[in-house]
Amino acid sequence: MTNAHPRKAPTRRQLLTRIGTLAGSAALYQAMTSMGHAQGTDFTAPPVLSGAKRGTRVLVLGAGLAGMLAAYELRKAGYHVQVLEFQNRAGGRNISLRGGDTVTELGGVTQKVGFASGNYINPGPWRIPYHHQGLLHYCREFGVELEPFVELNHNSWLHSSRAFDGKPVRYREFASDFHGFTAELLGKAINQHKLDDMVSADEHDHIMTAMRRWGSLDSGLNYSKGIISSETRGYEKAQGGGINGAPIPSEPFARKDVMRSGLWTWLAFHERLDMQTTMFQPVGGMDMIGKGFNRQVHDLITLNCKVTAIHQDDRGVTVTYNDMTHGGAVREAQADFCVCTIPLPILSQLDVQVGAPLKAAIMAVPYASSVKLGLEFKRRFWEEDDQIYGGISFTDQPISQISYPSHGYFSRGPAVLLGGYMFGPAAYDFAGMTPQERIEHALAQGEVFHKQYRKEFSNGVSFAWSRVPWTMGCCSMWSEQARKTHYKALCTMDNRIVLAGEHASYVGCWQEGAILSALDAVTQLHKRAQGAS
Amino acid sequence: MRKILFLSVLAALPLLATSHPARADSASAVVGEVQPLNTGEDVYRHVCQGCHMPDGKGATGAGAQFPAFAGNAKLQSSAYPVYVIMNGYGGMPWFSGTLKDDQIANVVNYIRTHFGNHYTDAITPADVAAQRPATSPQEQ
Repeated sequence: MTNAHPRKAPTRRQLLTRIGTLAGSAALYQAMTSMGHAQGTDFTAPPVLSGAKRGTRVLVLGAGLAGMLAAYELRKAGYHVQVLEFQNRAGGRNISLRGGDTVTELGGVTQKVGFASGNYINPGPWRIPYHHQGLLHYCREFGVELEPFVELNHNSWLHSSRAFDGKPVRYREFASDFHGFTAELLGKAINQHKLDDMVSADEHDHIMTAMRRWGSLDSGLNYSKGIISSETRGYEKAQGGGINGAPIPSEPFARKDVMRSGLWTWLAFHERLDMQTTMFQPVGGMDMIGKGFNRQVHDLITLNCKVTAIHQDDRGVTVTYNDMTHGGAVREAQADFCVCTIPLPILSQLDVQVGAPLKAAIMAVPYASSVKLGLEFKRRFWEEDDQIYGGISFTDQPISQISYPSHGYFSRGPAVLLGGYMFGPAAYDFAGMTPQERIEHALAQGEVFHKQYRKEFSNGVSFAWSRVPWTMGCCSMWSEQARKTHYKALCTMDNRIVLAGEHASYVGCWQEGAILSALDAVTQLHKRAQGAS
Repeated sequence: MRKILFLSVLAALPLLATSHPARADSASAVVGEVQPLNTGEDVYRHVCQGCHMPDGKGATGAGAQFPAFAGNAKLQSSAYPVYVIMNGYGGMPWFSGTLKDDQIANVVNYIRTHFGNHYTDAITPADVAAQRPATSPQEQ
């Protein structure tokens, strides 16, 4: 069960090692890049930790991905590992909600999820970029089946309340027009010799050809109504068969409306490295990853432990906690070392015995607020009526976006979509509402895209991360100043205690950050343990 | 007002720039329409109560708390809540980029006169401006 898809031969790594040895790291980097590695995050392979001293004990606090991975790698290296978890489940922010689940938030309100069997929403992480190779490595190793997550859908909607009379436009039409008009402007400027001081004669022809094809321009360098532009933006009357099969071209939007709309921001959004395709999701819900990790280390985890203090001295670490399974009885756990993955809004309020630099670092990183809504509808009207299969529609309304399920296409019966996902001011606002108010706002705002919303709505659930008792926030929000002042201290082992989690990474708010930080933490711990007398 | 507010928030929120790592898996790089924040009550309802709760009693999570405002001795000096709102504290984010001087003054006055508090020394936007850091945390 530990290796679902074993590599047949590690030849690529051997080759890279050889290149690295022979030619130095610059050549290695170049070779890795040309072979498709060294992009995205810096994961290459799990650390090889060998020769742990027998009987060395490690206490891991938190059974999210960082904690479970630390436990897995440390046990593999020969350490005696124990994991304490606050919740009555492992997985941390890697979570999926299904029918029958309950969500109790700070303030005391409980929602019961009413989804039909087989439907789910991922209130936390929900997509995995192809270059998050650390997380993908362990999905493979732990047998977690992945499927494509559709990030970009040309037939989804873009909406601004201040553009196009407040009506949504298709991503496809807008992208075509934005690229087309941009290409037209640039092409004409070059053709009229207005950029001669910047564009050489040699380059001139290449750019002209590129603009014509990329922007779907006609021979006169115009982006205008016609077959050429409609091949990109779509037709007024689509191509058909038989006598009346001839298509009718569509009319582009007015250039000034396209440029002033601001909707181009969503074109840029999908081009960020973080958001580029291919994206993945686990089959059956994001928590399949947490469950995959849990299969490896479940025997090490004690649930329902509320940590209150973390102390250390020359001999070891002592963690005090309330055993919530037994009436909150106060207990102590001892170990030689500790990997602490407790989210910083919690950890910053506990009695933690670390040096001043780490203490200051723990206090320096607030957590962003974020809210997600899962809405179940009686049928897939976005597919049946609008031909939208996965992907995201964006709006400048507080809900920010609607994301359609990337699985179960064409199936009948109820389906769940992401009815809103926000950070920033809208997240603060939604977090302060009752669950009923959140759903009502999500329905009212979603109607701008889908007039079927009210009629087809079945039930919904909201998840406000700042009201989650075990994180009290969504994820780390590093300011540039805090990064400069505190990042190294946060990540550096403090005698016998080392922190891990997405907050101890440059891939904040992503599961990959938890993976990479856990690997760094166990590597530090192992070195420290080897060096300790 | 909505439009003006939207534009001013956008301009004042460099943390929403597409490159900010804290927004890695975020919904978007752009903040959408936000509710009007004209009064202290507006600010409290749309920004604060998500954590501090509608009744100002805060909440208790996994061994940690969102502080309550009722009977909170730290509110005796208005400078303390102004500082915390501007700079953040522990898990609480900074709001120096999101909220303007008058909005911070309004909400501090609101908190200090509600939830069982009866302080009479209201503060002005000028008092808030005097405490504003030279650059907000995310700009440094």
